[in-house]
Amino acid sequence: MGPASQRAALVQAAAAKPPPGPEPHLQPPVVEVLSAEKSFANGTRALAPIDLTVRAGEFLTLIGPSGCGKSTLLKLIANLYEPTDGRINWWRGDFRKVGQDGRRLAFVFQDPTLMPWARVATNVRLPLDLERVPKPQATPRVAAALEQVGLGHAARSFPRQLSGGMRMRVSIARALVTEPNLLLMDEPFGALDEFTRNKLDDDLVALSWERKLTTIFVTHSIYEAVFLSTRIVVMAANPGRVFREVVIDEPMPRGDDFRTSSRFADLCRELSAALTDASIASQGKGAKTPCAR
Amino acid sequence: MRPLIRNEWFVRVAAPLLVGALVLAVWQLACQTYEVPAYLFPTPTDIAAKLASDLPGLLGALWSTLKVTFMAFAIAVIAGTALAFLFTQSRIIEFSLLPYAVILQVTPIAAVAPLIIILVKDTTAALTICAAVIAIFPIISNTTIGLKSVDPSLANYFRMNKAGRLQTLVRLRIPSALPFFLAGLRISSGLALIGAVVAEFVAGTGGRSAGLAYEILQSSFQLDIPRMFAALFLITATGVILFLAMAGLSNLLLGHWHESALKVEQ
Repeated sequence: MGPASQRAALVQAAAAKPPPGPEPHLQPPVVEVLSAEKSFANGTRALAPIDLTVRAGEFLTLIGPSGCGKSTLLKLIANLYEPTDGRINWWRGDFRKVGQDGRRLAFVFQDPTLMPWARVATNVRLPLDLERVPKPQATPRVAAALEQVGLGHAARSFPRQLSGGMRMRVSIARALVTEPNLLLMDEPFGALDEFTRNKLDDDLVALSWERKLTTIFVTHSIYEAVFLSTRIVVMAANPGRVFREVVIDEPMPRGDDFRTSSRFADLCRELSAALTDASIASQGKGAKTPCAR
Repeated sequence: MRPLIRNEWFVRVAAPLLVGALVLAVWQLACQTYEVPAYLFPTPTDIAAKLASDLPGLLGALWSTLKVTFMAFAIAVIAGTALAFLFTQSRIIEFSLLPYAVILQVTPIAAVAPLIIILVKDTTAALTICAAVIAIFPIISNTTIGLKSVDPSLANYFRMNKAGRLQTLVRLRIPSALPFFLAGLRISSGLALIGAVVAEFVAGTGGRSAGLAYEILQSSFQLDIPRMFAALFLITATGVILFLAMAGLSNLLLGHWHESALKVEQ
């Protein structure tokens, strides 16, 4: 089965399934950011205290001008950074809850972040190897994850033999192989051309719907944010803070019908206006706070 | 038909061989034309004839030099890699020991060798230590840099997946360090040979364990310049073979993924 038919099958399968839950606000919280703030050792105040709750099944996108702390907030949620003050709960507990009772977190970086010395299948198997999942159990899961992103044929390739879009798919397969409940994505498609990006957005929206994933996504693209999200958090800089929220109350899974609709254009306009306001609010308030990498 | 200059085999093998042949021909012709005596500057054919006639003696000397070179290289690889691992485990260890590794590197071996030869009774052991002292630094330095040159995002990925220290070392740090380590091996193998020859010069040992450096010294004292060149040729050939072996190892281990070993598509 080719990548195109894979995608079509995925979208159809997702469309055939019931929605993940009754109402988003009735779902239990997966991540709670409780007055968490972040300053770096060099004195840069990346984030003012932030309160944010992400509930099961939500597709939440963080968007905002450069330096607003989107990536920093995502890394706090991934436990890659410690908050300077405040705290973060995962499934109403501390980070030890992650990995217990099937509660899994996966992170997709801006770059594919693959091991260049390992074949695609070995890259995808990495989180299972780190968990010491026996190879006979891991192998079919790896094959399934690769099939899911339309790369079943590339299992024995090396990352350098793949295009940018295919590498990103491998990275997504590596995230999916652990069957995560919480998927964190830091501008994963930022470096790709628009055509590839749209295809991957289609796949992602179908996947997250089918698997009932809770997803937190960072992007600079207004169109991508509107297409993917159930809720968008617009952030402002100096220091990084939540500026506004935009709810995208449109049925899932979405496809080209939504992308070409007037409703989509209206939502993009609304988000664009919110971003403009956030940019104005970011100017002249405190010292410049570069985005942490 | 593809032009020769685009032929990979021609560029990599035939072109350097042609240059070598040309140099030898000019050398031979110049010596014959100007009737340069062999005790001043022998022709390539004089050297080849000497090499053929004195081969058993020269091969014995080569074996002595090779023994010292290989032992020194092995010590440098094992000790250098172990030290590099130690350096990356703890900053205090790194900062405590690194200055001494640098001191070892910057002190000329010819100045230290007499001391080592006096202190160590066994000549072969003394020569090996001298050569290892020279050869160890590129291994320490390259492997340390390699072990630290991990893609930060991949390191974060390992951390986020709660990977253990050993898992991170084996699955991430060692493969990341491999290109650096192999580059260190290339330099170190040549330095081990240089160290062995320099130490032999300083020690000036003769007898059964005499190496190629001693052969060169003896030949120069006896004005047997063709034999001197023959010994020099063997040293150079050994160095080239060592380099090619390390390049081959590098291609074997990195050829399928690392830019340094990938063939450039044209």
